[in-house]
Amino acid sequence: MADILVVVEHQDGVFKKNTLSVVSAARALSGLIGGEVDALVLGNGVAAVADTAAGTGVRKVLLGEGAAFAKYLAVAYAGAVAEVVKAKGYGAVFAPASTFGKDFMPRLSGLLDAPLASDIVGLEKDGDALRVKRPMYAGNAIGTVTLSGSPLLFTVRQTAFDAAALGGAKAPVEKVAVTAEAGSTAFVSRQETKSERPELTEARVIVSAGRGIKAQENFKMVEELADQLNAAIGASRAAVDAGWAPNDWQVGQTGKIVAPELYVALGISGAIQHLAGMKDSKVIVAINKDEEAPIFQVADYGLVADLFKAVPELVSELKKLKSA
Amino acid sequence: MKILVAIKPVPNPDEKVKIKGDGTGIILDNIKMVINPFCEIAVEEGLRIKEKLGGEVVILTIGTREDEQQIRTALAMGADRAVLVEAEKGLDALAVAKFMARVVEREKPDLVLLGKQAVDDDNSQVGQILAAVLGWPQATFASKIEFAADNKKANVTREVDGGLETIEVALPAIVTTDLRLNEPRYASLPGIMKAKKKELKVVPLASLGVDTAPRVRVLSYAAPKQRAGGGRVADVAELVSKLKNEAKVL
Repeated sequence: MADILVVVEHQDGVFKKNTLSVVSAARALSGLIGGEVDALVLGNGVAAVADTAAGTGVRKVLLGEGAAFAKYLAVAYAGAVAEVVKAKGYGAVFAPASTFGKDFMPRLSGLLDAPLASDIVGLEKDGDALRVKRPMYAGNAIGTVTLSGSPLLFTVRQTAFDAAALGGAKAPVEKVAVTAEAGSTAFVSRQETKSERPELTEARVIVSAGRGIKAQENFKMVEELADQLNAAIGASRAAVDAGWAPNDWQVGQTGKIVAPELYVALGISGAIQHLAGMKDSKVIVAINKDEEAPIFQVADYGLVADLFKAVPELVSELKKLKSA
Repeated sequence: MKILVAIKPVPNPDEKVKIKGDGTGIILDNIKMVINPFCEIAVEEGLRIKEKLGGEVVILTIGTREDEQQIRTALAMGADRAVLVEAEKGLDALAVAKFMARVVEREKPDLVLLGKQAVDDDNSQVGQILAAVLGWPQATFASKIEFAADNKKANVTREVDGGLETIEVALPAIVTTDLRLNEPRYASLPGIMKAKKKELKVVPLASLGVDTAPRVRVLSYAAPKQRAGGGRVADVAELVSKLKNEAKVL
């Protein structure tokens, strides 16, 4: 089997941990059909990212640098990855199913006329044939998919594969020359949602709020609870649509897919598209005054209560617990 | 500005789908088909651009005659005419994008709008593949589209992990729409009446000469692992005690 390439995600030179799950998925494929796993880092002045990637257990890291990669653009990325794949003859390409991978990987599929399985959660073999598992219909069906053509392309659901260990023996970093062609697109600006909290997709605990929170100022209460739990803050689509929370807090089918150890849903009814983003959490707590809310069907601990009373009480109980 | 908007009919996303006993498909009887919510946002954006800059909004569906109802809904919202490429079911994203590319070559729009993802197969691929096949710029997950004074370029704000990002694309371009771009209008009664008479051109698939052999094929469907769920606590004190002593997550 030809070798396997992992495209490393970074934000302006900061390695993103979702790549660790992607490396695991790539290794799983390698275990099934053979081939060595390499990583590709594209950017400008990103030797540090390549160095981190070199410690993930890959055979080697390819580093393609150029001023045109200073800011991520799908057109430039897809073109450069296609070039590397063709030059080195890779048989499979992996990237995270983040807004990064979801943006350029389908373009790569179009450029190479190659099959792409999005958001995969499993890889198996049936005899000699590769079978790919991926969620469909908001996670209410798991499709078994077969791919034909080459190379095989995958975006990986981070929560479905354990993170590869970081800090192993360093693999060699090899510079590659790639053309950067941004094809009539240009980066203009980026508005980062600033937060001191853990990232949603990496947090051990998430406190999430929905329509029941009623107003943006009430997120203060959510923050107080998140402080006690050292949690990231999430939101349902309703809360984001209402403008109470930034877009990148949205948990759900079309937002972030999360699976923390503890997910606390406050005033979230539990629409299908929201459940799709959080139902693999280990422990789910729901506080909602509507006892019929569908969120209770997936909750381990459901509390039917007015969250404006229950949450402050919960905050003070947690404080007591800490000082005890 | 000429705008092509691709739409896909999907089962009503507010209903939980059931899988056939033998795993060969999804039970679609008694489930209402609707325009994919992201495609509906694309239709709305097309209409708003036309209302501001003039031009034409053309609806495109790669599907079957059964999809006419959703196409008429888009026409009732205010689109001018529609093209239906009549295809068998089960085409993969690559095939769909290649058909779309043929129609784009004929229609020569300045902008193609698509939903960022269809909520049935959840692939999120067609727009980007189409952009690659055409060699056009792409801007995915759009929450705002602003045109330059000469209408030759657009600044597109994208919903990305970590916040918002704005990129500039030269037209013609592919833009895929995210939730916060707009709130789609309802079709008015006069709109519904007018839609019945609007042009719906049916193009047979074979006439476009595209290789439709699927590269990605769904062999079977299975239900995901079900959570036990349904547990209740009486009050905050019990919740904290259970989280600490039973779930051991505190």
